[in-house]
Amino acid sequence: MSAVYIMWLRELRRYVRSRAQIVASLGQPLLYLVALGFGLGPVFQKAGQGSYLQFVAPGVIAMTVLFSSIFSGIGLLWDRQFGFLKETLVAPVPRIQIMLGRTLGSATVAVIQGLLVVVVCFVAGFRIVDLSRAPLALLFMGLIACLFSALGTAIGSLLENMQGFQLVMNFLVMPIFFLSGALYPLKNLPTLFAAVTRIDPLSYGVDGLRTILIGVSQFGAITDAAVLAALTAVLLVVGSYCFSRIQV
Amino acid sequence: MIQVDNLVKKFGAMTAVDHISFAVAQGEIFAFLGPNGAGKTTTIKMLTTLLPPDGGKLQVDGLDPRTQAHEVRKRFGIVFQDPSLDGELSAAENMEMHGIFFHVPRKLRVSRTEELLRLFDLWEKRTQPVKFFSGGMKRRLEIARALLHTPKILFLDEPTLGLDPQTRNQMWTQVKNLNQAERVTVFLTTHYMDEADRMAQRLAIIDHGRIVAQGTPEELKKQTGTPSLEEAFLALTGSQIRDEMAGNADQMRQVAKMWSARR
Repeated sequence: MSAVYIMWLRELRRYVRSRAQIVASLGQPLLYLVALGFGLGPVFQKAGQGSYLQFVAPGVIAMTVLFSSIFSGIGLLWDRQFGFLKETLVAPVPRIQIMLGRTLGSATVAVIQGLLVVVVCFVAGFRIVDLSRAPLALLFMGLIACLFSALGTAIGSLLENMQGFQLVMNFLVMPIFFLSGALYPLKNLPTLFAAVTRIDPLSYGVDGLRTILIGVSQFGAITDAAVLAALTAVLLVVGSYCFSRIQV
Repeated sequence: MIQVDNLVKKFGAMTAVDHISFAVAQGEIFAFLGPNGAGKTTTIKMLTTLLPPDGGKLQVDGLDPRTQAHEVRKRFGIVFQDPSLDGELSAAENMEMHGIFFHVPRKLRVSRTEELLRLFDLWEKRTQPVKFFSGGMKRRLEIARALLHTPKILFLDEPTLGLDPQTRNQMWTQVKNLNQAERVTVFLTTHYMDEADRMAQRLAIIDHGRIVAQGTPEELKKQTGTPSLEEAFLALTGSQIRDEMAGNADQMRQVAKMWSARR
């Protein structure tokens, strides 16, 4: 089990040392929060939906966790490119432990990143309705992080070069974000579109966070947690299978 | 220590390793030489459990890398042809990770890390991120790391590629000392024939996936009637230049270059 720990620690060490990257990665959520939060605010208000900043903040937090976790999962590709992957593959450690440590490390980093964005949101004027339930938000952030780290690891195991990365970005990560209800309510949507949002795992993450943080819910927190947990379990199995098949 | 019989590896229609057989005794320094693309790295990958063979038998310390991969992995250390360090972490942290992967008890890990880093002149720089290291320092760290768990066999795949003569000389001296002090079997590949001549007790020359000669450096020189190992090598493998097929990554890089030039 110490291999899981050291792989986890490695991800954290790398994260803490890339200060420029930490700051840079806060730029995008900040932009969404400010540009959309304040830009669309009046329209949202007029439609009788209340404060858009309040509404979009959980979505931006979920987005941060999504991007951070899926990218550090795919970071496996960098390990392959820079060779470190081989060091782990000749180690007398079951590959599942390597994969698990890496995934948990990515997930932890993503949650930390998400917490930083919570602070940013707070500064921008976002307020949590019931502070006593705030720890539950951490649970949802953790679930989103584990789910997408595992997905990232699976993808990172399958991709053999950087070119595929753009493909994944445009055809997987961005759709997951835009179809998740992070930016708009999932109510009164065209049927087909509504169906698509329902198969997007992030919809449940955003909804869970929104339920906890601002008390607005679409599916209900229990359903959200159950869907996320089940999918995380499946993706961990898929991810470790893909990882175990890597050849260098 | 290593026993290979009729080993075969095919990649599609290409036979990378074609029925090769050789043996390496315990404590021996064995050089595996050949032109680019001859099958050296493929053979090392099969011996080190990274690639399943398509035929033949192989044994590492009496164990089969195919079925007893986990046990085999505990017994060897390897320095790959291309770097395999984590550049963001320090030298000490790279050693720490390796020690944990190989289940080296904490106390022993700490003391042996110091001993090896001092031996390879890296102790003063142990807290610096590896990405700031020079090529020679990185290579030395890789060797030190490969030896951390006191392996029975050390695989060195072109460890001196691109290093200056001073560094190469120092590196081989240390490897030889460790070979004598710890009785570690060394399996090396190199393109520098003088290194092979000086280091190896026995060697095998592989070309087009086949072993064309094996024996002591003296035997090979005698066999070909040449004064140096370099000439013996050229006599055995011909002087035609080999081009290795570009890997997937290289090919993609070329495609990317072409497209970006067009735009």
